[in-house]
Amino acid sequence: MKFLLVEDNLDLANAVTSRMLMDGHVVDHAEKIEDAKLFSDTGEYDLILLDIMLPDGDGRSFLEHHRAKKRDTPVIVLTARSQVSDRISLLDLGADDYMTKPFDHAELQARVRAVLRRNHGSSQPVITVGDVSFDPVAGQMRVKGAPVKLRNRELRLFELLINAPNQIFSKQKLCDRLFTFDEDVSENAIEVYIGRLRKHLEPSSVTITTHRGLGYRLDQR
Amino acid sequence: MRYFITLILALYSSLAQAQNWEDQHYFGRPNAAETLRVLSSTDTAYVSGMIDGFVAENPDLGVEYLVTGTQNLNRVMRENPGRYDLVISSAMDLQIKLVNDGFATQLKDVASPDWTHWRSSLFGFTAEPAAIVLHKSVLANHSAPETRQDLIRLLRAEPELFRNRVATYDIRSSGLGYLFAAQDARTSETYWRLSEVMGGLGTRLYCCSGTMIDAVARGEILVAYNVLGSYAAAQAQDHPQIEVIVPSDFSTTMMRTVLVSRQSDNQLSARNFVAFMLDHFASPTSAETPQLPQLLSREGQENRQVIPLEPALMIYLDRLKRQAFTREWESAVIQ
Amino acid sequence: MKDRREGKVNTSGSLRNTLMVSLIGGAVVLAVILYLVVRTYAAQIAQSTQDRILSASITSILDAAAIRNDTLSVELPYSAFSILSTQADDRFFYAIYQDGEFLSGYDRMVHAQTPPGEVRFESGRYDGSDLRIATASRRLVGGSERTTLSVTVAQTQENLAGVLNRISRNAALLGFGFFALMTLLSLWLTYATITPLTRLAASVQRRGAEDLRPVAAPVPAEMAPLVGALNSFMGRLSHSLDQSEEFIAEAAHRVRTPLATVRSYAETTLQRVDKLENRQALRSMVRAIDESSRAAGQLLDHAMITFRADHLNKETLNLTELTQELIQAMRPIAEMKDVELDLMAHDDVQTEGDAILIQNAMRNLIDNALKYAPFETAITVKVLANPTRIKVRDYGPGFPVEEIDELATRFRRGTNSDGIIGSGLGLTIASDVATAHGGSLILTNPAEGGACATLSL
Repeated sequence: MKFLLVEDNLDLANAVTSRMLMDGHVVDHAEKIEDAKLFSDTGEYDLILLDIMLPDGDGRSFLEHHRAKKRDTPVIVLTARSQVSDRISLLDLGADDYMTKPFDHAELQARVRAVLRRNHGSSQPVITVGDVSFDPVAGQMRVKGAPVKLRNRELRLFELLINAPNQIFSKQKLCDRLFTFDEDVSENAIEVYIGRLRKHLEPSSVTITTHRGLGYRLDQR
Repeated sequence: MRYFITLILALYSSLAQAQNWEDQHYFGRPNAAETLRVLSSTDTAYVSGMIDGFVAENPDLGVEYLVTGTQNLNRVMRENPGRYDLVISSAMDLQIKLVNDGFATQLKDVASPDWTHWRSSLFGFTAEPAAIVLHKSVLANHSAPETRQDLIRLLRAEPELFRNRVATYDIRSSGLGYLFAAQDARTSETYWRLSEVMGGLGTRLYCCSGTMIDAVARGEILVAYNVLGSYAAAQAQDHPQIEVIVPSDFSTTMMRTVLVSRQSDNQLSARNFVAFMLDHFASPTSAETPQLPQLLSREGQENRQVIPLEPALMIYLDRLKRQAFTREWESAVIQ
Repeated sequence: MKDRREGKVNTSGSLRNTLMVSLIGGAVVLAVILYLVVRTYAAQIAQSTQDRILSASITSILDAAAIRNDTLSVELPYSAFSILSTQADDRFFYAIYQDGEFLSGYDRMVHAQTPPGEVRFESGRYDGSDLRIATASRRLVGGSERTTLSVTVAQTQENLAGVLNRISRNAALLGFGFFALMTLLSLWLTYATITPLTRLAASVQRRGAEDLRPVAAPVPAEMAPLVGALNSFMGRLSHSLDQSEEFIAEAAHRVRTPLATVRSYAETTLQRVDKLENRQALRSMVRAIDESSRAAGQLLDHAMITFRADHLNKETLNLTELTQELIQAMRPIAEMKDVELDLMAHDDVQTEGDAILIQNAMRNLIDNALKYAPFETAITVKVLANPTRIKVRDYGPGFPVEEIDELATRFRRGTNSDGIIGSGLGLTIASDVATAHGGSLILTNPAEGGACATLSL
């Protein structure tokens, strides 16, 4: 996916960018509202991440500009303020969602997905492996064309695996992605979800193989 | 020594007892617990009914009624104020002075119209006009004189008939006579003209109303001026030849008054006596004889010159005043 | 909190009372002075009236004296005595002296010498009553005779006392009337004086929380310094409030932005590190960052709610819509844990309240439930009317029974919260919001298990 990150703090911007690159996203970074307007006017983005406090003004003025141009690129506002002290509903101003800094990237992903799902617009293609397909935006897995209902964590696990077939994911890496930091679960908890996915994939040509000591990999039978 | 003192005391008391009373009468049970001593200038006959009524209502009380002349009464009272409980007198000026000099008790709770008392100490209980008393023979040829002017005209019409047969008080010996004369003189100049006319006829002077009325009854005197009307009216019942006329121009009217001695030991009984007395004379029983004229309300006596019960009356007791008035009176009456 | 609401102020005396007491006290003093002055003046007049009558009496006696044929004759006029008659039947005494020799009247009277043409007055007592004594003399010349006639007249003062009593009573009535009038006037005056103050106080009290405009309504000149000071104080307060809000927002931004940076890096690094102890260190770091940022946020929220509790921005709300909006915003987080977030509500539950505060309270309750809800369970949010309340129910371990009544107290955290990030302020904030709306937060553990928080408004 292609993001526009509007953030004046370079450190944070770099941190966020590198974290997003790790997930395979493309990030353009704008430091000021002026730059952000230029980027958004010229480029195509799946989503805009907008810091609300910027050196050349309030992020809200960008939102107004953005909505005035009748663009439907969803915007998630990143704010360091609390809702109570701000007393202004950011959603009323035209943002699709907001997150308070510091934020969890997993939560960001979830929100991005939710926003995109609501807006029905994305450049994300449907991934197909064998007779299994996965629509990352809709969060929909199909086995032989039939939709399979997955729980959220199953979905996220499957998305990780299908995004990089043939790559072995260690248990700890999968754990990091599946559980939040305040959930202290053992790595073996991942086996439950792998088990469930395997059950869903049983009728298909796709399977999850265990590589003892290394982790799991999505393979074609 | 002790005998000597006892003797002196006995002598003294007998001397005091030996006071020459004109009349002396005891009412009520002889062994009554308390005896009120009443010093009075009014003849017993006029008040006996009232006192009988009082002792009948108060069986524990006796009343000793002592009668004497106004001057003597005044003197006796001043000498021995503790000996008497009540003082009844027709001499308003003397009575006023007794009160002024502090001999009387204030009886605030005894109800009486304003003009009939002074300091709630001296209470008037009769209103008695001075009257002209005629022998009826005079009226054979003349109509009855209604006013002083009429009297002057009558006297002047027949000087020979009246010479030495007219009479009035000797104001030098009669307190009441002096009071009547002074009041007349204050009221009208007619008094002096009448006095001169009477003087010219050789007026005979009397000390008292009673003797004057008796003289008229006997025919010695044909006209007596300024006689106490109440006495005259009483006498007229027995002596039909007497005609009593209250002048219609003005009639000098005196009040008989009563007071309670401040040094009396029987204050409460004395007060009750006064209250009973005022009540009695305000509505006397018709059966009673002789009667003293009752006090009338102010409205009922237009022509009556009631001598006001006020301390100014003391002026008639002033030596200088008396001297001056007497001198003038003498020059008019004694010619 | 309670003290704040009542606006408890350290007071010393009351302006109204001071004003009333001094005005009425002044009225009392004035009334007494008035009484005394009237009484004294009346006494003087009454005395001088009696003196004039006494001297008239003496004069008429002296005038009646004449020397005829070398002898003194005094014919007392009746009026000399009759003018001494009084309403109270006063007694009087007199004495006439010629060249110091007693002539007539009361011979026991004290006789003073006075120069001719002058009336001398004295006061004394006789037989239990006050006595006023006047003496005057006159020189008479006739033929060879030269003589001085001296007259003393004394009168008791019972009538005067009666008159004085009457006047005193009237003066007392006058004084009382004056006092009553002054009291009424004082009440009115106090009212008129206090009214601008109460009006000012009321107008300041009526204002909304954020209304820090200067007082514009005209006030009496004497109150101008106070109002001026108030205005300038409000100006400074407004400025400093703006500044501190700005400061808080700025501080949060300044703190949270680097925290966000660190967190992002930590997460990125965690992806690249395999060694167990390093991973654990990074995880701890992230948790610490989350905890501190949450604590900062909740502390800030708590402070703001406490500050606003006195001045709620109340409006009519559709509680159902408000809850729907919130649940939509929170659903992604719930989904990450495979927790269902169910809303059960009537279409239209209306209430009066502060939307942002209520949402914040609900957010804290749902947050709390999310923390304790096991995977693949549901959290039910119910919006109920009559009375208006919101129930947040989870199927976690439930509230610790022994602390259930104290959980909503600030900074207290459940004993079963090990390993779960939270400052313990969430329930406190929800409870504060409920209290500010005149409601309460009730925590229960339903029999079927789990926990239930009921926020009533």
